[in-house]
Amino acid sequence: MGRTTGIIIAAAAAIVILAGVLLFMLKGGSESEVSELDKEMTDMPLPSADGSAPAAGAGKLAGKSLVVVSWGGAYTTSQIEAYHKPFEAQTGAKINSVDYNGGIAEIKAQVEAKNVTWDVVDMELADAQRACDEGLLEKIDAGTLPAAPDGTPALQDFIPNGITQCAVTTIVFSHIVAYDSSKFQTQPTKLADFFDVKNFPGKRGLRKTSPKINLELALRADGVAGDQVYQTLSTKEGVARAFKKLDTIKNDVIWWEPGSQPPQLLADGQVTMTTAYNGRIFDAQVKEGKPFAIIWDGQLQELDVLSIVKGTKNLDAATQFVAFATDTQRLADQAQWIAYGPARKSSLPLVSTYHGKPDVDMKVHMPNAPENSANAIQIDFLWWADHQEELNQRWAAWLAK
Amino acid sequence: MGTAIATQESLAEQFKRSGKRARRGTFLLVLPLLAFLTLTFLLPIGNMLSRSIGDPTVAEVLPRTAAALRAWNGKGRPPFSAYSALADDLVRAEREGRIGKVATRMNFERAGMRSLIMKTARVASTFEPPYAQAFNAVDLQWSDPEVWGTLRHASATNTMGYYVSALDQTRTADGKWVPKPEEDQVYIMLFERTLWVAGLVTLLCFVLGYPLAYYIARQDDRTRNLLLILVLLPFWTSLLVRTTAWIALLQTNGIVNDGIALFGGDGARLELVHNMTGTLIAMTHILLPFMILPTYSVMLSVPPALTRAAISLGATPWTAFWRVYFPMTLPGAAAGGLLVFILALGYYITPALVGGRTGQLISNMIQFHMQTSLNWGLAAALGGILLAGVVVLYVIYARVIGLNRLRLG
Repeated sequence: MGRTTGIIIAAAAAIVILAGVLLFMLKGGSESEVSELDKEMTDMPLPSADGSAPAAGAGKLAGKSLVVVSWGGAYTTSQIEAYHKPFEAQTGAKINSVDYNGGIAEIKAQVEAKNVTWDVVDMELADAQRACDEGLLEKIDAGTLPAAPDGTPALQDFIPNGITQCAVTTIVFSHIVAYDSSKFQTQPTKLADFFDVKNFPGKRGLRKTSPKINLELALRADGVAGDQVYQTLSTKEGVARAFKKLDTIKNDVIWWEPGSQPPQLLADGQVTMTTAYNGRIFDAQVKEGKPFAIIWDGQLQELDVLSIVKGTKNLDAATQFVAFATDTQRLADQAQWIAYGPARKSSLPLVSTYHGKPDVDMKVHMPNAPENSANAIQIDFLWWADHQEELNQRWAAWLAK
Repeated sequence: MGTAIATQESLAEQFKRSGKRARRGTFLLVLPLLAFLTLTFLLPIGNMLSRSIGDPTVAEVLPRTAAALRAWNGKGRPPFSAYSALADDLVRAEREGRIGKVATRMNFERAGMRSLIMKTARVASTFEPPYAQAFNAVDLQWSDPEVWGTLRHASATNTMGYYVSALDQTRTADGKWVPKPEEDQVYIMLFERTLWVAGLVTLLCFVLGYPLAYYIARQDDRTRNLLLILVLLPFWTSLLVRTTAWIALLQTNGIVNDGIALFGGDGARLELVHNMTGTLIAMTHILLPFMILPTYSVMLSVPPALTRAAISLGATPWTAFWRVYFPMTLPGAAAGGLLVFILALGYYITPALVGGRTGQLISNMIQFHMQTSLNWGLAAALGGILLAGVVVLYVIYARVIGLNRLRLG
């Protein structure tokens, strides 16, 4: 009797597991079917779409659909509001927004399998450079990008490295140190305070995923000048110096991975100070009213770009989208939704207030606003392309020990 | 007489034939499963393992260089023919847009090769003899035989390079294996840690699971079913849900620590998650049913009369348990142990979420190389070593305990 129960239960467990696997596979299958169907439907010319599209040149791309891939959350929302909606209204194209977690693994898989379903991807510049080198991205002609309103050509209007072979920069985001101001009597003011656990007690948060950011931060806090950072890191002694600085707080660190984690760690009181993306901290400050503050001293700026996947069937529409999304007004509009700086110099004066909150002036929250960027450096993506394998290994070893 | 023999023979043949038919029938029944396994399991693993020993990228994109370097023994300066061959190859690869692949591949072997190759390829079409000088004029690194040695290793179609890296070694230009500098060594330590954690989790599962299985097996049917459902309920819950639930429970301001703080004050809060402790707790909890279920079902098949007989023959309850009952349930516990151990060796979601810095296992490095660094060759080599380790342990296990004694119920 008991034996039978055992067998029945074991069989039930097996069936449930199998059913789970089947369901999972079916779900995966049907999902791609749906999106396939979706595309077919949107590929069909819809007469009503033509009629309702208002602006001049409407219906140029009517019936076309684009898959635009980005990081999700508030960031994707800012792009939908600033780029996708006006682009759809102006051209009649339909944009499907898809989320991903960065990296080039998926793009590589699509291109190598010759089954490209993504058209435009929002990437970190370093990844875009590598993907471009490996032939995974379409080249973008800087000449197709619109000039600034005052006539400055795009090449001069974008910040340094803003336009590369396969990528057009949309935003400057920044790795900053944020702290909970309610936890300190004397407020920390400079990057070095992050490493001073005696005077500014509490746990620290650092990004676990890669040595990038952490090594630069350590050297800056240790007194290395901004323009000397990568020269220093190119020597054995320089790398050792950075790790030695990190050693001083190694046992006080809580490691984070996704960008949503640092504000959470601060809010939970797990850390008193943490590195973070500035936009996430802005959200916590303004949307949720948390007593968080940002130390802009020694901030590390990085660029986020739009790229077109090699072999897309919608190359023309994708190129038009990239040019449209990176024009002066669109980049300035995006800053109404998120605290990342526009990549065009001509956009910065047009940045206004946070959407729905006219008392929040977005200019002071931009990483590349003059008062914030006095002691900032830009992360050297070419240097990292050369050194990431070597330092990732060392980083993994340092972390594990 | 003759007819009798003939019928006998045909009878034997008939037997043989029907036996064959039955076997063929059985084979046809398992054929779909076999095809499924081959397609979804054997082929991908084979493909992955083949990546660990061979990477044709460099040999394909720089064929003449590969040939020229094959003739060189790695000692002293590379031959002049290698310089002109590389100049030719670079020009062609740049034109065909394949240079980035080689540059990325080379950078796995040596830091800085990416930009060295990219920038040389951009100007290679202007090179004129003597090529050695032309190369050195672009970057003095080209005068370093180590650079050419790296190129030579990587241009071999079959390479042990990934295994060399996976064992924390590196190769000199003439092919000798030397240990990496200590601050770069990580994989061996992670392999050891993975074995240690898998062993410890198995032990913890046994210590917690065996008494529970024993307790459940001794209840009446109703209670037993209820208890079994309680064991299975978490088993049927998503792995992610269970792991994140542990984070909520164990974090500094979580329920467990709130309880501790109630008695010992805020200073007594313990670090229970985002470290090795978290990995051990969460993995033990998640893998526990794999220990309980086989142990339990074997326990059910042990006749209670045997223990009673031992006691009636004068054994103490402990002796009766230890000498009579326990050995009979060992095959179940051993099967559970093997399941838990092998599953634990490959665990990565749980350590990734609750392991923090010190609770990471080798599988987390494999995942990193698969998804982030895209160094699939190294990931394959690490996976290959792990697979070989499992097979060796399995063989030892089969020899010592005997597979025919394993029982899942």
